[in-house]
Amino acid sequence: MTFDQELDASGLNCPLPILRAKKTLNAMSAGQVLHVIATDPGSVKDFDAFAKQTGNELMESKEEGGKFHFLIKKC
Amino acid sequence: MAQKKLAIIATKGSLDWAYPPFILASTAAALGYEVQVFFTFYGLQLLKKKLDLQVTPLGNPGMPMPGGMEKFMPVLVTALPFMQGVMTSMMKAKMKKKGVASIDELRELCLEAEVKMIACQMTVDLFDLEQAEFIDGIEYAGAAAFFEFAGESDICLYI
Repeated sequence: MTFDQELDASGLNCPLPILRAKKTLNAMSAGQVLHVIATDPGSVKDFDAFAKQTGNELMESKEEGGKFHFLIKKC
Repeated sequence: MAQKKLAIIATKGSLDWAYPPFILASTAAALGYEVQVFFTFYGLQLLKKKLDLQVTPLGNPGMPMPGGMEKFMPVLVTALPFMQGVMTSMMKAKMKKKGVASIDELRELCLEAEVKMIACQMTVDLFDLEQAEFIDGIEYAGAAAFFEFAGESDICLYI
């Protein structure tokens, strides 16, 4: 799994994981990949919806060891 | 694709009701929406520099309490002077434990994301409030100004 930046949003609840991810993406360049780690179960649908509405690509969304992992490619 | 617009009217000034406008405004901004929130009547409390938002169990049968207490606690008990302070402290502690953002934090994120916040000038005058009591970066306007934006919005919410 390769990525350019990592954001640990563990323990944060809606809408903070999305807001932090957006802020981090703002500082990244197009084509770069952000790895987000979250514990909020609602973040699974939220990151899917975030990607659909912003055009950023959700390359991977998986649960591992009780945490949710997302790979988002900045558009 | 043209930028979508979200218009919100925030009318409530309690801790619980402070969440919907700021959560929706900040999230919409993160999704690329242009957002304006019009604060009127008790909603003006949400724009104060020093937030002192409370939550009250009085007259709110839907408010869960620890151990299901709400099922047998007489309504009159919820009217006791200390109840509001106790419930507010408990609510804030629970929010912190569950990783829910504070209102200060969400409001700051909204300002950072360029959510436009407008205080209802009429209510400011009505309650003899001073502009110095409110945070910087907000505007003061009336109903017609709100419609200029709301009339072209994709989503318009009254909270």
